[in-house]
Amino acid sequence: MPRLIRMDQTGHTTLAEWRADDPAAFEAAAAAFREQLDHGYFGLAALPDGSAEQITELPLDVPTVILRRPIAGG
Amino acid sequence: MSTGGLPGGSLALATGDRPAGLPERASVPWRPRVDDPLLRRVGRRWTIGTAWHTTPLIAAAALLVTLAPVTAPVAIVLLAHAWIIPELYASRGAGVLRSRAPSRRGAERRALLLLGDLIDERARRLHEVSGLVLELGELGAWIIGERGAVLVRPGARRVNCYCVRATGSDLPAADRIAHLLLALRCDERDFATVANLAFSGACWRLRRRLRPEHRLALDAARRVCSRPRARGTGSAAARSPLAVHAPRGR
Repeated sequence: MPRLIRMDQTGHTTLAEWRADDPAAFEAAAAAFREQLDHGYFGLAALPDGSAEQITELPLDVPTVILRRPIAGG
Repeated sequence: MSTGGLPGGSLALATGDRPAGLPERASVPWRPRVDDPLLRRVGRRWTIGTAWHTTPLIAAAALLVTLAPVTAPVAIVLLAHAWIIPELYASRGAGVLRSRAPSRRGAERRALLLLGDLIDERARRLHEVSGLVLELGELGAWIIGERGAVLVRPGARRVNCYCVRATGSDLPAADRIAHLLLALRCDERDFATVANLAFSGACWRLRRRLRPEHRLALDAARRVCSRPRARGTGSAAARSPLAVHAPRGR
């Protein structure tokens, strides 16, 4: 089941889970995703080849989407 | 307990054909995007800078001893300066891998679960003993810590140390590493562009300034970078002789 995970002070929080055949759950997850983007988080899709992609909309068919904070030079 | 693994899927709905880079790059528009030739130029500049700082001191020491052997103690002080300057730079580079005080245990444990799902068994073992994650990229092998990353260049002779961190001070250590790891996987060149270069120099010089457990990660990265690399082999996981970032097959 695809999940939306936010990396935060608790370690990580699962914000939403959805199924491809459940539009209502997906809409709720997409709304949660957009809300987190508004709060300054960035969305990343973790891909099976070990890479990650920056995303601005929640994809229906990626099993794990991770929200991260911005990075900056120290 | 696990976060459930990270199997894949299509991103066509979200990203189109071209993957996006890091949005953070917009915050440093004056910096040229890092690539291989730029890294070589930067490395040469650091070498010249180090020589510029130390050569006059060594020359002055030699001159003093030649002209008046009685000034040998002064010459020794000059030589010590010439030795200390590169060591201080290397120490600054080693600082990017130093960790903070541990955060709350529960949060740290949850963060470790997520980080563990992002890396494979060998990388997890290395993280257990060193607190660092090894990731192979196009520019070289990256050693990622909480507050920065060290790039071991192909050939394993030169390292670049970068200060870079996730914003916010409340994140557990493993989460900080996961932030940097994911940003690096998203776009390695943007990652190196956003990060601040703290040191570029010889591997051996950095190694002496590292904690023993961090040397394990540096040694692993050097081993990877010493091997001849297959070019154009597709995915990041396929490129990695250590397969350090292949997700679990669950």
